Amino acid sequence: MWGLLTVPVPATDAAVPAATGGGAAFDPGLRWRLHPQVAVRPEPFGALLYHFGTRKLSFLKNRTIVAVVESLDQHTDARSACRAAGIDDAQQAPYLHALGVLVQSKMLVPGETR
Amino acid sequence: MTTAAPVPRLIEQFERGLDAPICLTWELTYACNLACVHCLSSSGKRDPRELSTRQCKDIIDELERMQVFYVNIGGGEPTVRPDFWEVVDYATEHHVGVKFSTNGVRITPEVAGRLAASDYVDVQISLDGATAEVNDAVRGPGSFAMAIRALENLAEAGFSDAKISVVVTRHNVDQLDEFAALAARYGATLRITRLRPSGRGADVWDELHPTAEQQVQLYDWLVDHGDRVLTGDSFFHLSGLGEPGALAGLNLCGAGRVVCLIDPVGDVYACPFAIHDRFLAGNIVSDGGFDNVWKNAPLFVELREPQSAGACGSCGHLDSCRGGCMAAKFFTGLPLDGPDPECVQGYGVPALARERHKPRPSGDHSRGSRLSSAGPVPLTLTTRPPARPCNESPV
Repeated sequence: MWGLLTVPVPATDAAVPAATGGGAAFDPGLRWRLHPQVAVRPEPFGALLYHFGTRKLSFLKNRTIVAVVESLDQHTDARSACRAAGIDDAQQAPYLHALGVLVQSKMLVPGETR
Repeated sequence: MTTAAPVPRLIEQFERGLDAPICLTWELTYACNLACVHCLSSSGKRDPRELSTRQCKDIIDELERMQVFYVNIGGGEPTVRPDFWEVVDYATEHHVGVKFSTNGVRITPEVAGRLAASDYVDVQISLDGATAEVNDAVRGPGSFAMAIRALENLAEAGFSDAKISVVVTRHNVDQLDEFAALAARYGATLRITRLRPSGRGADVWDELHPTAEQQVQLYDWLVDHGDRVLTGDSFFHLSGLGEPGALAGLNLCGAGRVVCLIDPVGDVYACPFAIHDRFLAGNIVSDGGFDNVWKNAPLFVELREPQSAGACGSCGHLDSCRGGCMAAKFFTGLPLDGPDPECVQGYGVPALARERHKPRPSGDHSRGSRLSSAGPVPLTLTTRPPARPCNESPV
C-alpha cells in the first residue's frame, strides 16, 4: 500500500470488478491523460475520480497526486509531470505506482504524441 | 522504497465528511405494488406531497453541480412514478449516473431493451429468497416470479451485469450459493446487504435477523466470495470476526458523512436505513436546497464530529467494527454509543435483554394497518385484501 491512492471503491457498490482485463501497460516515459469519461471532484484530502464508463471510483489521497493527474496531458511524459508538480526523481516511485494503478483501471489512457 | 508525505487514513477523512456524498440514495416514491414485511421505508401509499418532476430535475441540477456522480434510486417502487424514465433520462443527460432498485414490475422486454441501450443506467432487482417459497414469504405472493421475469427480460435484451439485491435473513442465509448461481445464470452480479430493523423491518427483525451462528456462517461466506459479491459495505459489524481487512470494502458508518438519503418529499436523512425524525437533517425544498442541507445541517455537522465509543470504548474490536450500525441500534432501542444489536463479540445480546424502548416510527406509508410489533409476525399477512379501495396497488 503506497498510501496515495485507494482503488477500487469503498462505501459504494458502483464499482464492479472489471470482467475484462485492465487498461494499457503503464510506461512513465510516455504521455498520459485522463480518460474522457473520467470526472475529478476535489475534496479536502485530495480528490475523487469517477469513471462514467466503468462506474469505478478512486480516491486520490493528497493534493500532489491530484496535481500530477490533472496535468499529465500537458507534459511529454509522466516523469516530467511529476517533476513539474515538485516531485524529484528520487521521490517519484509511489506516484508512478499510483499512476500505474490508474492506468490499470482505465482512469488514465495514453495521451496523443505531439 | 521511497515514502510519500504521510497522508491521513482515508477512513478518518471520511469520518469528517466530504463536500458531497459519494453514495446518495433517493427514494422517488413511497408508492409500491408490494408490501415487503421488512420495507425500510414502510412504503405502500404515495405521499401526496411527493416532489414534482420539476423539483426532481432541480435536484439533479444541483447534484450535477456538486459532482455527485451517481444516485441509487429506490422507493417504494420507483418505476411506478409516471415520470420515472423522464427523471432517469434527465439525470444521465446531466452527468448523474443512475442505479435503480426495483421489484421488476415494470421491466418488460421493451423496457429491458431500452435499458440495455444506455451506458449510464444500472438496474438492481430485489430478491429475498433463491426460491419462491422463501422469497414470497417476505416480499409477497408472485414477487419471485416477477423478479425472475425481469431478470430474464434484461438478459434477453443483452443488458449486462444487472444486480440481484438480497437482504440476508435467517431464512435465506443458507441460500447464498444458490443466489450466486442465479446471478451467474442471468449474467448478473449478486449484492447482499444486511437486514435493518428500520421501517416495517422493526416489526420483523426479531424473527428474521440471522442468528449468531448464521452471522459467522455469513462472514465466512463473505471472506470466501467477497471479491465477486457486492455488499454496500453493509456488514462492517461482522469485521471483528477476523483479521482487519479480511472483509472487502470500507468498514465505516457513512451516515451523513459520505452517504445520505433523499426521500420522496425532499426530506434528507442521514442514511437509507434511518428514515426517522431523529435522523432528519432538513428538507431540500424548505431548507435552501440539497447542497445547503448536506453542508450545514446541524445533524450532519454533529455526525462528522468524533463520536463517543461509549460502552464499546474498552473493546479491542472497536477499530474494526466502529461500534456497528447507528440505525440498527436506534431502531432496536439500544443506545447509539453502545454495541450493535448483532455485535459479533456477543455484547448485543445482553443489551437487547435489558429494558429498552424501541422508537415509535415517525412515518408510515403502509397500505392497511401497521403490523403489531407484539408477538410473532405471520409472514403471510401480505395476502390480505386492501382495507379500502384507495389502498389498492398504485400500479
